[in-house]
Amino acid sequence: MKIVVCIKQVPDTTNVRINPETNTLIREGVESIINPFDMYALEEAIRLKEKHGGEVIVMSMGPPQVESSLKDAIALGADQAILLTDRAFAGADTLATSYTLAAGINALNDADLVIMGKQAIDGDTGQVGPGVAENLGVPHITDIRKIEEVTDNYMVCERLLEEGYVRLKVKFPAVITVVKEINEPRLPSLKGKMKAKSATILQWTTKDLDIDVDRLGLTGSPTQVVRIFTPPKPEGGKVYKGETRDMVSELLSDLQANGVAIKKSKGN
Amino acid sequence: MPSFRNTYIMEENVNYFLTEEQEMIKELAAKIAKEKIEPVAAEYDENETFPWDIVKVMGQSDLYGVFIPEAYGGLGGGVLEMCIVTEELSKACGGIALAYAACGLGTIPIIQFGNEEQKQKYLTKIAAGEWLAAFGLTEADSGSDVSAIKMRADLDGNEYVLNGTKTWISNGGEAHVNVVFAVTDPSRGARGVSAFIVEKGTPGFTFGKKENKLGIRANSTRELIFQDCRIPKENLLGKDGQGFLIAMRTFDESRPGVAAQALGIATGAFEKATAYSRERFQRGQPISAFQGVQFMLADMATQIEAARALTYQAAKSIDSGMKQVSKISAMAKLFASDVAMKVTVDAVQIFGGYGYTKEYPVEKMMRDAKITQIYEGTNQIQREIIALNVIKESARGTK
Ligand SMILES: Cc1cc2nc3c(=O)[nH]c(=O)nc-3n(C[C@H](O)[C@H](O)[C@H](O)COP(=O)(O)OP(=O)(O)OC[C@H]3O[C@@H](n4cnc5c(N)ncnc54)[C@H](O)[C@@H]3O)c2cc1C
Repeated sequence: MKIVVCIKQVPDTTNVRINPETNTLIREGVESIINPFDMYALEEAIRLKEKHGGEVIVMSMGPPQVESSLKDAIALGADQAILLTDRAFAGADTLATSYTLAAGINALNDADLVIMGKQAIDGDTGQVGPGVAENLGVPHITDIRKIEEVTDNYMVCERLLEEGYVRLKVKFPAVITVVKEINEPRLPSLKGKMKAKSATILQWTTKDLDIDVDRLGLTGSPTQVVRIFTPPKPEGGKVYKGETRDMVSELLSDLQANGVAIKKSKGN
Repeated sequence: MPSFRNTYIMEENVNYFLTEEQEMIKELAAKIAKEKIEPVAAEYDENETFPWDIVKVMGQSDLYGVFIPEAYGGLGGGVLEMCIVTEELSKACGGIALAYAACGLGTIPIIQFGNEEQKQKYLTKIAAGEWLAAFGLTEADSGSDVSAIKMRADLDGNEYVLNGTKTWISNGGEAHVNVVFAVTDPSRGARGVSAFIVEKGTPGFTFGKKENKLGIRANSTRELIFQDCRIPKENLLGKDGQGFLIAMRTFDESRPGVAAQALGIATGAFEKATAYSRERFQRGQPISAFQGVQFMLADMATQIEAARALTYQAAKSIDSGMKQVSKISAMAKLFASDVAMKVTVDAVQIFGGYGYTKEYPVEKMMRDAKITQIYEGTNQIQREIIALNVIKESARGTK
């Protein structure tokens, strides 16, 4: 089984501060980590490999410094790491990113399964997983909380819903995205870290991929971030106290006074 | 606001001259301490939970292998590497760290005196974190007076028959690999003691009740009870009659580990006390503004740094292959454990009434620190070792 895990390098937001003037992240001195959801993806891939054999390839699109995250992935147990890096990739939105990652995966020829985190903690879109699947022309399932069964041709997994889950069967090749309920990621081992230190990370540019340059980076990105801002804190507010009954009627009349709730008509 | 720094403030602006690999070991042990140990330390202490879940994580991360030769699945480091790990783990919990350190104590004699088969069989499993080790020397009437042990091992054909009871054994009942000391020839005194490897599950080998202790409560301290316990002759460690030598050589290498445990506990307590002194306000200012508190912090920091220097020095001396290491090793254990006791008492003082409650971790650190002055030879015994060595050295010089 050939499993590809796509990872994104993100700032460690447990440490992050916002510059109040520019409303952007202060990246200085902030450690870069593998997107936490991708850690679950990587862990699941390694577990699948341990159980069913095969190999785990991690792939990321980004600037050269992403190499450190790819090495972290090797320390955890990935067999190979590929960095898609080229000036042409810069400024990509989720559409261009999905397209580029899919081109990278295609270049591997015969991946059976692509596992990704359900979203990145910096962008929070959750679009790249399904986007990669569409570009590859393969089925996808998002929000997987458990892989129940794996055969040569298909797997059965549980997709998390707001209340409960659905059990789905998907044919390989496929893309899945995973939620944090799926596993508890391991810590690296010292032997893994030593292996990672000497590992070479393959770097692929546009020249290594069968790719349409117009669909890459800023050029290929219809979405533009116009402004980033912290929403103003809601002001005022009122706390209702006392018996539930009284609180509800007080709340209702307040809502009606503000034109929010509509008076209940008799016939209703 | 929790602190997210990777190193303790203590260690900022000090160069310990660690290699890249040692830094890597330190970083990973610190990560495990922060992420896995610190959150459960109070609970495991209260409930006396043996930290098998954390042992598993440490095993997967190769921490148990740092001081085991590469030929047996380890990373080929030495006492310094073992100390670095023990220290980092102890910063979060000295009790949980003992599942590591006591395993080291039980493993050192196998590294030093084990034959090829014994090393293959036991070291590989210990390096992988699958089996823990323990070290059984102390008996009810033989503590500081090691030569007074009574447990017997009698050769009967191809087997030794063990009879007797070991008391206060760390990792007791949890360790698979037990290195125990017994009398094989009572007529020869200290030369009639031998060391054996006994596996958990051997018929005739059982465990007494768990001791209810002041500190290091996450470790199980139990009696090892041997009643006509038969082990194959091959489980003799070293040569017949070498037991006493094996025990002393083991302590020479393991005592810096106790020093490292003490050092970790002290550093953890210092870190908490310093942070608290900046947050706690009295008379409109943080208590860290009072000279009375400042001088305590300064003394604590200085003592810890001195203890660390001595501990690393002892570990490096051993790793360099020096032969006479009893003195420096005893000095490290003595000094670091006394520092740990003093620093943790002062940490509680800085926390005031809050420090005396279980709401804050420093009272536990104070309880945990105490054992480091007692086991692997009380600090009175360490002073005796140091004194005998310096007098001997002086006598040699003036001859
Ligand atoms: C939690 C815990 C874990 C332990 N783990 C282990 C273990 O894993 N393996 C193991 O083998 N043992 C273990 N021990 C035993 C430990 O090493 C002994 O308790 C220690 O060596 C002291 O022996 P004792 O308790 O018999 O005290 P004693 O020897 O009775 O000492 C009592 C007091 O007298 C002093 N004293 C004794 N003799 C002298 C002397 N000659 N000169 C000056 N003062 C002296 C001592 O310093 C001490 O203050 C453990 C003990 C504890 C409490």
